[in-house]
Amino acid sequence: MSERAVPSTRLALAHLWVAILAFGVAAAMALMQALSRAALDLPWRSARMYYLSVTAHGTLMALVFTTFFIMALGYVVAERTLGRPVPHRALAWTGYWVALGGTLATVASILSGKATVLYTFYPPLKAHPAFYIGATLLVVGSWIWGFVVIRSYVVWKRGAPGQPAPLALHGMLATVIVWFIATIGVAAEMLFLLIPWSLGLTKTVDPELARMLFWYFGHPLVYFWLLPAYVVWYTVLPKVAGGKLFSDPLARLVFILFIVLSTPVGFHHQFMDPGIPASWKLFHAILTFGILFPSFVTAFTVTASLEVAGRMKGATGLLDWLKRLPWGDPLVASVLLSMLLFAVGGFGGAINAAYGMNAVVHNTAWIQGHFHLTVGSATALTFMGTAYWLLPRLTGRELELGLLAKVQPYLWFIGMVLFSISNHITGLMGMPRRIFDASYGGSAVAHAWRGLTGVSAVGGLFLFASSAFFLLVMLGTGLAGKRIAPQPIEWAEPLEPLSPRAGLLDRYGLWTAVAVLLVLVAYAYPLWAHLHMQTYGSPGYSPF
Amino acid sequence: MNVPLYEKIWMWAAGAIIIAFIAMVLVTGVGGALQPPSHVETIDPTQVFKDPRFAHPAVTLDTNGATVVAFGMMFGFTPAVIRVPAGKPVTFRMTSTDVTHGFLIVGTNANTMLVPGYVSQFTTVFRQPGEYLIVCNEYCGLGHHLMSAKLIVEQAAP
Repeated sequence: MSERAVPSTRLALAHLWVAILAFGVAAAMALMQALSRAALDLPWRSARMYYLSVTAHGTLMALVFTTFFIMALGYVVAERTLGRPVPHRALAWTGYWVALGGTLATVASILSGKATVLYTFYPPLKAHPAFYIGATLLVVGSWIWGFVVIRSYVVWKRGAPGQPAPLALHGMLATVIVWFIATIGVAAEMLFLLIPWSLGLTKTVDPELARMLFWYFGHPLVYFWLLPAYVVWYTVLPKVAGGKLFSDPLARLVFILFIVLSTPVGFHHQFMDPGIPASWKLFHAILTFGILFPSFVTAFTVTASLEVAGRMKGATGLLDWLKRLPWGDPLVASVLLSMLLFAVGGFGGAINAAYGMNAVVHNTAWIQGHFHLTVGSATALTFMGTAYWLLPRLTGRELELGLLAKVQPYLWFIGMVLFSISNHITGLMGMPRRIFDASYGGSAVAHAWRGLTGVSAVGGLFLFASSAFFLLVMLGTGLAGKRIAPQPIEWAEPLEPLSPRAGLLDRYGLWTAVAVLLVLVAYAYPLWAHLHMQTYGSPGYSPF
Repeated sequence: MNVPLYEKIWMWAAGAIIIAFIAMVLVTGVGGALQPPSHVETIDPTQVFKDPRFAHPAVTLDTNGATVVAFGMMFGFTPAVIRVPAGKPVTFRMTSTDVTHGFLIVGTNANTMLVPGYVSQFTTVFRQPGEYLIVCNEYCGLGHHLMSAKLIVEQAAP
C-alpha cells in the first residue's frame, strides 16, 4: 500500500517523531546521571541538576517516549491490519496536539526547575501546576487515541460480522483496554487531589491516598508498555525472522489474561507503606504472581515461532535453528536481546513481588536495575528495533547508516548487562536509588559500593553510545534516506490456519467486565476504608 | 483450543512454579512472620512536635527489648544516633514532619516508608552487634542523599 492509499501514515509518523525526539533528550539526561553516580567531578555536577535530570529522564522515557511510540504503533496496526484508514481523523489529530501540548507544558516546567518531583511526583512534594496539567493532557490525548483505535475495530466489525480481529489488532485492543482501566487512577489523583492543590484551591493533600491512586495506575502502566512489545514479538518478529507464529489462540489468551490481571495488583509497590493493612498487601501479592503466567506462555510461543523460522531455513538438530536466525537484522537482534534481558528482569520482578523479600530491595538501586531490564529493555529495545522496521515503511525511505543499526542492539545489551547487574548488587548491599551522591560522609558500607557504581557508569556510556547510534539512524533515514519503492507492512501467519469465527477470547466487553470486577474486589474495600478513616492532609513542599 | 503437547507441559510447569512462589510467600509470611510493615495509625503531620506520641523522640528500654520513637525531617532523622540492644525485639515507631521519606537500615531488611500523616511501625531483632548506616531511600528534595543516621546495636550486658 502506498502512502497515498493510506493517508493516516502521516498521523503515525507525527507520533513516532515525538517519541524519537523525547528519547533523545532523555538519553542525554541519563548519561549525566550515570557519570554523577560514579562521582566524576564534572563542572555541571550539582544536586539540583541531578534531581532535575532524573525527573526529566523518567518523565520523557517512561511517559512520553513510550506513550507516543505506542500511539504510533497503534495507528499503524489499526490501519494496516484492517487495510483501511482509521476513522475520525480530525479527532485523532486533535488527540495528537493535546498530548503534544501537554508534554511541552510538563517538560517546560521540569527544565525550568519548577517540577523536580521525579516522575512518580509523590505529594507533598509540590510542582508547578503546569507539570500536573500537562501530564493530564498527555493522558487525555492518549484517551482520544484509544477511542479511535477501538472505533476502527468497531467500524470494521460491522462489515465483517463474526470474524476475529487480526492478532496484532487484538493485542492493541488489549493495550487500549488496560490503559483505560489504569488511567482512571491517575486521572482521579490529578483531578481531585494534585491539580486543585497545586493551584491553591485546596490547602492540603493526603499523601497516602495519592500513593494508592498512583500505584493503581503505576502497575498496569508497565503492561501498557509491555503489551505493544508483545504485539511485535508475536506478529512482526516471526515474519521478519522468516517463520510463522507458533500458536495464534495462545497469543490471544495471553493478551486477554493481561486485560484481566494487570490492575488489581498495585499494592505490591506499596509493601513498605504504612496505612495499608497487611492482608490487602498479601492479596495483591498473590494476584501479582498470576501475571507471571501469560509471560511464561509468551516465552514458549515466541521461542517456538523462532524455532519454526530456523527450521524453515533448513536447520536440523537441537539448537542449530538459533544460528539460522537473522541476527544481523536490527529488528530481530533488538527483539531477541530484549527478550533475553526481560527473562532476567521478569524473575527479578517475582522477587520484588514476594511480600516478605521486598523489604531487602525496596527503593534500593536494585529497583532501577530491575526496571531498566523491563521497560528499559523489553519495551525500549523492542521499540527501537520496531522503529528500524517501521520508519522505512512509513516514509518510503531506505534505512540509512545500516551498520550503526546492526551494532546498536548489541551495544544496548552490553550496556544494560553492566548497568543492571551492578545496580542489582549495590541494591542488595543497601544503596538507595535516586541519590545524587553515594558517599554518606565517608561511611564504610557506602565505600563498598564504589567499584560497582563505576561499572554502572561504564554501562551508562555504552547505553548512551547505543542511543546516539539509534538517533543518528532515525534522523539520517528521516531526513536523507534514499527514496525507495514502498515496502509492505506484513504480519506473521499462524502455523495452523486461523479459525474464521470469533470465540470467547475475542469478547472484549466480557473480559473488560471481568477485569473491572476484579479491580473492585481488590480496591473497593481498601479505598472505602481509607476514605472513612480519620486522616490528616499535608501542605505542599518544594525543596528543589 | 488445540495446544501442542510440549506447550501443555510448559504451561503446567509454569503454573507449578507460580504456585510454589505463592506457597513460599504464604509460609514465610504467615508461618515465619516475614511481613512488610503495615501498621495503620494516623497523625497530624503539622503537629508532630506537639503530639504526645512523638514529643520525645528517643529509645526506651524495657525488660523485653526496646522501643524507638523517631521521625524523618528534611534532611535528617531524629534521633540521629539510635542505640538498641542486640538479640532482643526492637519496635520502631516513626513518622515524617514534612515530605515522604524512607527509612532503610543498610545490611538488614528493616525498611519502611515514612509518609506524613501516618505512623510507621515494625518490630525486628538485630542479632549482630555493631554500627549500621540508616539512609533515607525516598527522594525528598535536594538534600536527599545527605539524609542519614546511625544505628548502634550493643551487646547486652552478661
